[in-house]
Amino acid sequence: MKGDQPLGKMLSLENVKKSYVEPNGDLLPVLDIDHFDVDVGEQMVIVGRSGCGKTTLLHVISGISRADEGTVTVDGIQIGSLAESVRDRFRADTIGYVFQTFNLLPGFSALENVMLGMTFSRGRREAGRARQLLDRMGLSHRLSHKPGTMSVGEQQRVAVARALANRPKLLLADEPTANVDPGNQQQIVDLIRETCEEENVALLLVTHAPEVANQFQRIDRLEEVNKIAIGS
Amino acid sequence: MSRWKIAWRSVQRRGLASALTGFSMALGVMLVVGVVSIHGLVEESFRNNSSIGYNMIVGAKGGSLQLVLNTVYYLSEPVENIPYSYYQEFLSAQQIVDYRDQVGMEELGEERDGQFNLFTKLAIPVCLGDYYGRFRVVGTTPGFFDNVIYDPLEGKRYEFGQGRNFRTSSDEHGYFECVVGANVAREHKLQIGAKISATHGDPEGELHDEHPFTIVGILKPSGTPNDRAVFVNIEGFYLMDGHAKPLEKEDDTGTTAVAGEAEIPNENPESKKVFRPISVREREVTAVLVKTVNQVVTPGLSENISEGPSAQAALPVKEIYGLFHAIVGPIQQMLLLMTVMICLVSGISILVSIYNSMSDRQQEIAIMRALGAGRSTVMSVVFFESIILSLGGGLLGWLGGHFLIGLASPQIEERTGVAIGFVDFPAIRLNDHLDVQIIVDLINVLGRLIGAQPVQNLMLPTELWLIPGLLLLAILVGFLPAMAAYRTDVAKALSANP
Repeated sequence: MKGDQPLGKMLSLENVKKSYVEPNGDLLPVLDIDHFDVDVGEQMVIVGRSGCGKTTLLHVISGISRADEGTVTVDGIQIGSLAESVRDRFRADTIGYVFQTFNLLPGFSALENVMLGMTFSRGRREAGRARQLLDRMGLSHRLSHKPGTMSVGEQQRVAVARALANRPKLLLADEPTANVDPGNQQQIVDLIRETCEEENVALLLVTHAPEVANQFQRIDRLEEVNKIAIGS
Repeated sequence: MSRWKIAWRSVQRRGLASALTGFSMALGVMLVVGVVSIHGLVEESFRNNSSIGYNMIVGAKGGSLQLVLNTVYYLSEPVENIPYSYYQEFLSAQQIVDYRDQVGMEELGEERDGQFNLFTKLAIPVCLGDYYGRFRVVGTTPGFFDNVIYDPLEGKRYEFGQGRNFRTSSDEHGYFECVVGANVAREHKLQIGAKISATHGDPEGELHDEHPFTIVGILKPSGTPNDRAVFVNIEGFYLMDGHAKPLEKEDDTGTTAVAGEAEIPNENPESKKVFRPISVREREVTAVLVKTVNQVVTPGLSENISEGPSAQAALPVKEIYGLFHAIVGPIQQMLLLMTVMICLVSGISILVSIYNSMSDRQQEIAIMRALGAGRSTVMSVVFFESIILSLGGGLLGWLGGHFLIGLASPQIEERTGVAIGFVDFPAIRLNDHLDVQIIVDLINVLGRLIGAQPVQNLMLPTELWLIPGLLLLAILVGFLPAMAAYRTDVAKALSANP
């Protein structure tokens, strides 16, 4: 499916719709996006109030959820056309994901959590890369520490390192500073942006924090992109 | 990071629950190992010992199994006796003459070839009925140790750790020499030169203190029931009170002695007692251990003897196999079934433990899926976790089982005469169940290239079945939790994340 997309687009959504089935059987529309794209290496932010479908959008882009209609193209691949197992592998190889609540595995050390990000991809599993990223995040002294013994700021930096471990082409960051104290917020945003820039990774960061959003050149309001959010 | 490591981390994270479920599996496997090892080795020992250098036991008419248990294993109640002259039917005239000369008698039965001699390669008389402590006393001839090869495959004979075999008649101790088994010597702290007396009929019976036997040899442990017996010269055995068959009229030897008792020569009444062997008519034996010239004649000879009025012939291998198939085998199978049930229950506890943890682990699984793990990957991680608990617990149980067997080994050996070590593994002979001759031939061809001894049988350690058994159990009990992992709704689990 590669080739339809203009050169330079890392992500493109066309006529994407997504609904959930409510317990009573009714459909609850969440996304209705005519067009949305992100260029290769571009760093952009999506802002929007809680409940307007930000996380669902990221799930659809990453292939965790499938769009009901429309096409989602990442790095030239229409991920909706891929079989689930292929889509999983594609996600491992191409997309990094930073969660709002870090989502580190509690039984694994910081280094192991980062290496877990490499486990499911076809790329090489380099402990050196994991160490280098953690060093970059200022955590070289915490490699063997479990998440439970780390501060929330440190945990989120481990999560950032894990998302970048596979050298992804697209990094999705879902409210990465929402649970972090103000002192660590800027540091985490800086680390994400600097690393993405160095490695030419396209960044789509979702936030509702103006102080974070205002640092980006491109700021899209989800209410303007998603017709459902407009109507809600 | 491998899936095994991911699974291991999950096991570690639920440390207590994992330890308890692994421990329950260890207990189950420990019981299986115990039952398999002890029964397998006892059975093997019974079967091995049932052919120690002889293949037929001739004794008084009655239960043939009792005759075998009594004679080979020194178990069960003593049986009736048969005349000594019947024993001589297995000997040649020359053997009778030679033995008569060794004993120092002028006459010891008819000097002719016995009617069974043609079919007999070896015949050893055995007299039972006395005890030394809790151990059986066996009256026999030196041939018991000189001629019997107790492990025909390896050509093993009984060896003496100290001293020598007893003699039919020695200048030093007359007819009263004996040899003791390794366990007897150890338990009673016996040394060469010590004198011992037997009790008549049972361990608490009357003490035969009229003339003690001098220990001239202590056997090396052989792992056979003979480790726990005392072997006395049959001539001395006959001279103990009550061991000679009473005669109805005075014998014609010109002595004053009552038949069956020790005799004192008339010409030197003041001298130290001089014992003279008793006559053939006063002699009886409990059994005759017979090795036939070949296996072909054995059934016919056995039938011939048993059809006669005086005695019966028992075939130890047949009797022991019969015993195992009729009694021990079913008991063993029942015990095995019970222990397998215990393993199944342990497996179910693993299932419950992992399955209960699945609701807590939805988030972990969703994270791995979000990082790119496929459904089959997270499913395999759960299977690996189940395998780690099953095989890990199984390994601990296996080690524990063998450790306990090693600990109990001295007691088992003492009570049964069977030596079981920490690393003894019971094995089944595949030849009995499958046509593996081609494999045996192939092994022997390869073996010849490196100069190895040829093998006759293909043995498979019974405990090897534990590995596929535990793997199968792990897959069975891991299936439900693995399916739960497979079906995890990633978006929902991530959204439910606090």
